[in-house]
Amino acid sequence: MASQLSGGGERPEGSDAERPVGRVRFMDAQRVNLDGFAREDAGLGLVALHSPNDPEPNLVVCDGRVVELDGVPEAAFDSIDAYIARHGLDLTASDEAMALSDTEFARRLVSPDVPRTEIVRLSAGATPAKLARVLAMLRPAELGQAMTKLRARRTPSNQAHVTNRLDDPLLLAADSATAAAFGFREIETTVPVLADAPSNALACLIGAAVGAQGVLMQCSVEEALELELGMRGLTSYAETISLYGTEQVFVDGDDTPWSKAFLTSAYASRGMKMRVSSGAGAEVLMAGAEGKSMLYLEARCVALARAIGAQGVQNGGIDGASVAASVPRGLRELMAENLMVMMRNLESCSGNDALMSESDMRRTSRTLPILLAGSDFMFSGFGSIQRYDNMFGPSNFNAEDIDDFLAMQRDWGIDGGLRTVPAAQIENVRRDGAQACRAVYRYLGLADFTDHHLERAVDAAGSKDLGDTDTLAVVSAAQAIREGGLTVIDVIAALDETGYEAEAERIMAMTRARLAGDYLQTSAIFDEELRVLSLITDPNDYAGPGTGYEPSPERLREIDAIRQQRGVEDLRSEQARFAAPLLAVTGHASPGQDPRDVVIGVSPAVGRDVWRCLSGITVPAVLAELLAGLEEEGCAGRVVRFSDTVDLGRIGLAAARLAGSGIGIGLQGKGTALIHRRDLAPLANLELYSVAPTVTRELYRLLGANAARHARGGTPDPARNPYSDEAIEARYHTTVIALMELERGRVRPGAPPEELSQEGLR
Amino acid sequence: MTGESGVRALSGRAVGELTLDAVRRGELGLPDLRIHPETLERQAAVAAAHSNPQLAENLLRAAELTRLRDEEVLAIYDALRPGRSTPGKLTDLAAGLAERGLPRCAELLREAAEIYARRGLCA
Repeated sequence: MASQLSGGGERPEGSDAERPVGRVRFMDAQRVNLDGFAREDAGLGLVALHSPNDPEPNLVVCDGRVVELDGVPEAAFDSIDAYIARHGLDLTASDEAMALSDTEFARRLVSPDVPRTEIVRLSAGATPAKLARVLAMLRPAELGQAMTKLRARRTPSNQAHVTNRLDDPLLLAADSATAAAFGFREIETTVPVLADAPSNALACLIGAAVGAQGVLMQCSVEEALELELGMRGLTSYAETISLYGTEQVFVDGDDTPWSKAFLTSAYASRGMKMRVSSGAGAEVLMAGAEGKSMLYLEARCVALARAIGAQGVQNGGIDGASVAASVPRGLRELMAENLMVMMRNLESCSGNDALMSESDMRRTSRTLPILLAGSDFMFSGFGSIQRYDNMFGPSNFNAEDIDDFLAMQRDWGIDGGLRTVPAAQIENVRRDGAQACRAVYRYLGLADFTDHHLERAVDAAGSKDLGDTDTLAVVSAAQAIREGGLTVIDVIAALDETGYEAEAERIMAMTRARLAGDYLQTSAIFDEELRVLSLITDPNDYAGPGTGYEPSPERLREIDAIRQQRGVEDLRSEQARFAAPLLAVTGHASPGQDPRDVVIGVSPAVGRDVWRCLSGITVPAVLAELLAGLEEEGCAGRVVRFSDTVDLGRIGLAAARLAGSGIGIGLQGKGTALIHRRDLAPLANLELYSVAPTVTRELYRLLGANAARHARGGTPDPARNPYSDEAIEARYHTTVIALMELERGRVRPGAPPEELSQEGLR
Repeated sequence: MTGESGVRALSGRAVGELTLDAVRRGELGLPDLRIHPETLERQAAVAAAHSNPQLAENLLRAAELTRLRDEEVLAIYDALRPGRSTPGKLTDLAAGLAERGLPRCAELLREAAEIYARRGLCA
């Protein structure tokens, strides 16, 4: 038993024997332990892939009529069974599909030799229980392989959430413009205050038109209002039409399969794209899972989605994602849900829209497989705004994670739908978006916003940066939009009248394009040239390596060019900013005679191209510390540049051989330093600072002092590297490579050492 | 893929005439923003040809619904919600729709009446 502990505080003796040891307390304190983990409990529906209460798949057809579905005879069909039985299955394929062994079906899902169309044909004849059983067999990598093959649209894309706590129109417009500029092809907004909805829809519509052409808009509110906004052309799609896997929960949600089927047609009749929403966990949260597995219940939802004629499904947990994530194999279940949608030949909007863990690792682990496989929409709402401003609740990825996401696209060479936007362009689109929004609100007599408010909205990273705003003005603007019967035509006219002709033209063109109806087909988005990409126009043709979607060379360059990337020339100009009129050559360096003479050997580019170490301390400042340290201990230093090698050991040894004392200090421009002695092998040394980024001025002074102590024949306590828990290599390796290239560019084989001036170093 | 050529809005106006100039002249109204039933029928044929007869059926129902006013569409939706309608009300609604030339929507309501009665989803 440990009597002394480090980290996590002390463990009192005797009084609290239940308290775990520090190692366990340290583990307990990690963020992942804020997450809830549920014991599997089939009775409650807390089971991911298979429950003992799931039915055996079966289908009995009599005279072209389904008389038994997954163990339920027709007389006992609930409304979900009844709708699927009457409309959801292709009975010409069902004998074949149901007779196929689970293993054979699963293999065909994964095999690149079985085309997507064949899987779609078979799946149309398979019952919900059959598809659940087959998908439960797939291992994670197989789910990914199948998803790559089975998504409907060849080109993947992404959807953003744009909301804020205040429903501030200028901020919504600026954020919507930003999201569009980043490449999101759908923007979904919602409200903390229901009455604000028309204003949010309008502000986001204007902002999106500033940011890019062809972005689809959604305002997620209660059905009647959402439909009304769509009918007026302020929004262009809907996705929060919920389906549930049990009749009880469906009815608790105040709908039936028939009411949802009708609503689906109602949206289409007004020319609006729509998808339905389902996903694991909803039934469990409403205590209505009837002991079934999440995957089986979702299989019913997806079969119903197809049966009612929806073109797509948003699933993968959605509001219940953390319920699925709390049980064993829950993340597999979430991905299988998306895949099931693809098998049913529908658009997949693949969840990832609810923060399912407090742990960065777990939330990344949840999303990454879908990014790698590629989906019609990677997220059914990437929070393009900060977590606190997300009125859907934080998404699994948010504004905090955009740079991470861009780096992940680049790391894997995958297209997650986003791109880097230069800082100046972000400012421009935010300003244009906010200004256009202000102009339209003013022109239509909805509200007036001050210059101060506008500037804050442009600059804001979130609504907390806005200061006090007039939220009542938003409510009354929204009321005026609704009661005045404002349509997209009024918005186009207002933009045109206030000097935003290009934006007016964009919305006009989008309105025309929507009337052609092509975007009502499965998986449809508009690209930035307003071409429809869908199952029809851009079908996924993956058939193994070398086929299917691959970013074009142009798109790949866009993915690769994140704003943080640096090359040698970037570093050269950065170093040049620290150049100073110091370290001039005073002549050839000759061997010293004085026993107190210590030589500081510097690398070839020091005083030429390299002026600042990785630690941020300038090279002259480091030299000043080394010289001061030498002086403190009674030695005199000389600074000598060696141009025939970049190797620090050789530089240090050559310095030692020049020094009267036989002791030298080697210093590379990046800040790595060592003490050498003339009789040692090149790769040996007396003391070494290998972690250049973390070396401080004090440590360089100590190295100088220790070199002097060695020169006087002493045995000093060696200076130690300052280690840290930071990803030092990740931060600095690219810079090291570029710095070494600058050093190598100054190498001249056989060049004699040069003594450098110490003037100005103290 | 049908594109915009030959497409008309519900008002009958050719989509190509939906221009900024037309907006400036104050010529455009809500019916010019509405999708035409023929467009939906054409899209239904495309969906059917791409292995999704259910989407096709939905688009055909939608083509029928273009004839109803917004309020009427929302009223039918409400009537289909659980516990709102007697089977008789649903079959009456269905008969009315059939009479007005919306046979697919009528069939949906008739089917709902039958299932709702059996599953206790009626008023």
